[in-house]
Amino acid sequence: MKKVLILTTALCGLGVAAQAQDKEVNVVSWGGAYEKSQVEAYNIPFAKETGIKVNMMAADNPATPLKAQIEAKNITGDVFDIEVSDAIRLCDEGALVEIDPASLPPAPDGTPASEDFIPGALRDCAVANIFWGTVIAYDKTKFPDGPPTTAADFFDTAKFPGKRGLPKNPKRTLYLALIADGVAPDQVYEVLDTPEGVDKAFAKLDTIKKDVVWWEAGAQPVQLLADGEVTMATGYNGRFFDAMVAEGKPFEIIWDGQFMDMDMFAIPKGSPNPEAAMAYLKFATDTQRLADQARWIAYGPSRKSSAALVGLYQDGKTEMAPHMPTSEEHMKTAVMDDPEWWADHDAEMAERFNAWLAAN
Amino acid sequence: MSNALDPHAAIVTEAGGLDPGGPLRTADGQPLTRALARSSRRARRRAFLLVLPLLLFVLLTFLLPIGQMLQRSVKNDGFSANMPQLSAWFHEHPRGTEPDDAAWAALAADLTAAAEARSIGLVGTRVNYDMPGTRSLFTSAGRKARGGIEPPYREAILAMDEKWGDPKLWSVMREASSAYTSNFYLAALDRTRDDDGNITMAPEQQQIYVKLFQRTFWLSLIITFTTFLLGFPIAHLLATLPMRKSNLLMILVLLPFWTSLLVRTTAWMVLLQQQGVVNDILVWLGLIGNDQRLQMIFNQTGTIIAMTHILLPFMILPLYSVMRTINPSYVRAARSLGATSWTAFRRIYFPQTLPGLGAGALLVFILAVGYYITPALVGGSSGQLISNLIAMHMTQTLNWSMAAALAALLLGGVLLLYWVYDRLVGIDNLKLG
Repeated sequence: MKKVLILTTALCGLGVAAQAQDKEVNVVSWGGAYEKSQVEAYNIPFAKETGIKVNMMAADNPATPLKAQIEAKNITGDVFDIEVSDAIRLCDEGALVEIDPASLPPAPDGTPASEDFIPGALRDCAVANIFWGTVIAYDKTKFPDGPPTTAADFFDTAKFPGKRGLPKNPKRTLYLALIADGVAPDQVYEVLDTPEGVDKAFAKLDTIKKDVVWWEAGAQPVQLLADGEVTMATGYNGRFFDAMVAEGKPFEIIWDGQFMDMDMFAIPKGSPNPEAAMAYLKFATDTQRLADQARWIAYGPSRKSSAALVGLYQDGKTEMAPHMPTSEEHMKTAVMDDPEWWADHDAEMAERFNAWLAAN
Repeated sequence: MSNALDPHAAIVTEAGGLDPGGPLRTADGQPLTRALARSSRRARRRAFLLVLPLLLFVLLTFLLPIGQMLQRSVKNDGFSANMPQLSAWFHEHPRGTEPDDAAWAALAADLTAAAEARSIGLVGTRVNYDMPGTRSLFTSAGRKARGGIEPPYREAILAMDEKWGDPKLWSVMREASSAYTSNFYLAALDRTRDDDGNITMAPEQQQIYVKLFQRTFWLSLIITFTTFLLGFPIAHLLATLPMRKSNLLMILVLLPFWTSLLVRTTAWMVLLQQQGVVNDILVWLGLIGNDQRLQMIFNQTGTIIAMTHILLPFMILPLYSVMRTINPSYVRAARSLGATSWTAFRRIYFPQTLPGLGAGALLVFILAVGYYITPALVGGSSGQLISNLIAMHMTQTLNWSMAAALAALLLGGVLLLYWVYDRLVGIDNLKLG
């Protein structure tokens, strides 16, 4: 008993000593295949190069534990992988460490980081690592006479029969309705900013309301398509890619009107290992690391210079570049997330959307 | 005055200190009352120490968080703590006062300070709760104000954005200038305040919470009733079969109970979806055509079916434990006295099961009211419950005050029902096992 006590005390002592020199860093991310891609592309080489141990923790949405830790004034994570709207919000609330773009490593050809990152990927307190798209996917076998090709086809249940899978939130449905209604991708938020624009979006959604199966978790749209419960669904491009390439499902993706989101690394003020956290953030968002991640998951690197380095999928034969939401072709019709607008209208739209759902 | 031979009287007098001459004493000469009190105090202390861990546990993990939640539902100092000068101006000047130069100066000073302290986002978030679309007004003003605002303040701030002159904005800021507010409860009841601070209904397309509260209680009632319909005969069977057989059946009741909730919910999706097993069988039997497949999931029906299945053991187990103790000779006696089997059941057997039924119904109902994951997965648009919106405010909009207000209302509703139950049936009649 005494021995155990001495041993644990010694271990605790070691832990404290290690913390003082930042020999570890706690990263909170989303779990699943996404986390695996980060472990393979960032954590393993980072530990090898610096000797700093990376503790990966999974959360449904890392912003939730982050907010809880800030509220409780007990920060245990060092780096959080959060959505851009949360990054901006928490930055405005003074909870995050500011990041100087000049301190980030430049591209291999010497382009400074501030020009190398895709516009919007660098924020005051956060740096994006990947771009991901919410895209439409359909089951090829269900449309033998010519497949759907546009967002408008998604709303055309006469020509393309079958149920539709849509996420149960306003952010990833309203834009699609407007695109299908003929609004240009870069006009979506201008239109949404007017009450008539919002009415218009809901009116378009009304046309397929009875045909929609609403999903909540990212795995559901893939399942719904695979079960034949819906013939078309919107979902995250990485999930569809997995089903198509890894599981050989007969799905096809429509990139027209994809909705682009970023995942960002942010460091809360008062984190236990601030130096290691900053070192990790800089390491993980350099050109090579971001390109490496695409080997493991079909999400697009946030640096332009990474695109050329994106190679093959882990199966060793699938070329990843055409599956990237950030490829030039796919970017043309993409709707970029507008986090500022959503920070203003999040609750209002959520209430209206839920009221709309509940009304039969 | 009292009988000296009565030991009780002696103790009473000793305690009152009236008769120091002849109290009863223990063997070591102490007054009996003191020795008694001491030993009982020791016993009480030991008993208290035994329950102390549980008490602390309940206090720390149950009462404290609930208290915090209740506090959060009425308190949000995002504005008042970070805009002190303007808040002070609001307190000095009654509602209806036009913002004067002092008010604009206070606003300018607070904006500059909040922008420098990077707390402007907190202020904007708080105001945005009551007036959507204003958060960016504050954050963008904060960015512009970082170098300081030059007088005249009114013109300078209006030059940033004309919305700063909106009387509604000033009314909302006045509301927010006090850390304590009832606005979250108002919003949770689909109500809002107009420019003069009067309570009005929220815009119709925004009204959702009252409807979902009603739906939550209504669906919970239906689920409670269906678990009763299904669980009562099963519990009766379990209670009356010989031990060996009933144990086997009991395992069938408990096995799903021990299976992961998600697995059971997903299993229902596989069974009930349009391309699922049940529809396939119906089509195969020719009862419905291939294009008339029934929509049994991703709506209210799915929520009711899945939740009934998941909550069934909570009805069966208390019923079973009560039914086991019912003496079968009562029913036999009723039958021998000429009652029909229905009358014997209705007047003799059923009333005796009420304690178990009450416990089971209360358990199922309270669990159903707060259920989250099952309605989220199989509820579609019409099977959503209030807990799904609480979760939305917790994780998506991060408006924890609103989530707390909704949760507090739900808690209040459940406590109210508990009270009604106590008045009608009596909590003492509850039997869990």
